[in-house]
Amino acid sequence: MFKEHIGKQSNKVKNMVERGAVKKFAESIGDLHPIFIDEETGKNSRYNRNIAPPTFPRVFDYGTIEGLNLPNKGLIHGEQTYQYQRPLFVGEEITCHSVIKNYFEKKGTQGEMGFLVLESNGEDEMGMMVFTSTQTVIITEAVRKVLIG
Amino acid sequence: MNSLAELKVGEALKEIQLEPVDRITLIKYAGASGDYNPIHTIDEEAKKAGLPGIIAHGMWTMGSLAKLFTDFYEEGFIQDYTIRFKGMVFLNDVVTLQAELAEENDNILRFHVRAINQNGNEVIKGDVLYQRYAS
Repeated sequence: MFKEHIGKQSNKVKNMVERGAVKKFAESIGDLHPIFIDEETGKNSRYNRNIAPPTFPRVFDYGTIEGLNLPNKGLIHGEQTYQYQRPLFVGEEITCHSVIKNYFEKKGTQGEMGFLVLESNGEDEMGMMVFTSTQTVIITEAVRKVLIG
Repeated sequence: MNSLAELKVGEALKEIQLEPVDRITLIKYAGASGDYNPIHTIDEEAKKAGLPGIIAHGMWTMGSLAKLFTDFYEEGFIQDYTIRFKGMVFLNDVVTLQAELAEENDNILRFHVRAINQNGNEVIKGDVLYQRYAS
């Protein structure tokens, strides 16, 4: 169903690693460590600034992949990976986009399941890759029926 | 522990037991992450989706698990973080976060990480590759 979309990319979107957003995010995962939120601690650290938690890229806007219309309900998050070249710095601008890496179907106990593999990237202002994340989204038979409708 | 250098293969970081999962935490995560899927915050929507009640965002659990490493960002960083979502986290569940050093290769430390619920069932599990800065 999504096979024809493999390889499609989103437009690139600029995102700020915004101080307030990092604090809110750190609070929501119960990790208000000074390395994330205290300016003085950041300045005195080896990074000379604050950094963001490793799952913070969840916050970013990755742009729209044309033709990919996923429902916001009924999806199962199967797997998630993050690969970093270095931590994200508070205050930097990250340019993000996503690519559909793969789509396949498997028969499971709950019928025919679809597996969509999405890769998301973030580059810094020098054009260097900072992180790559991959998520596998499982689309249940019930949801697939609605989508095919 | 102040440094990962003291840790030996087979040893674990000090585990963290979280407070019972409450609704306000999930509402905060929805707001902070932008993931407003209503199965995480609204009872009727969770029930409509065939769940007994609202469930935590998997990414909330993954984000929480990473804090086992937050004290060690002066000597290295998380280079690779891979998680498989195994089970659901419900309201009032008590989640415990664990990391065990599985392998050490020069400056790369591989940890097996997982979060378990109060029944000892894995809700997420995976690997963290922590890269130590060359001294």
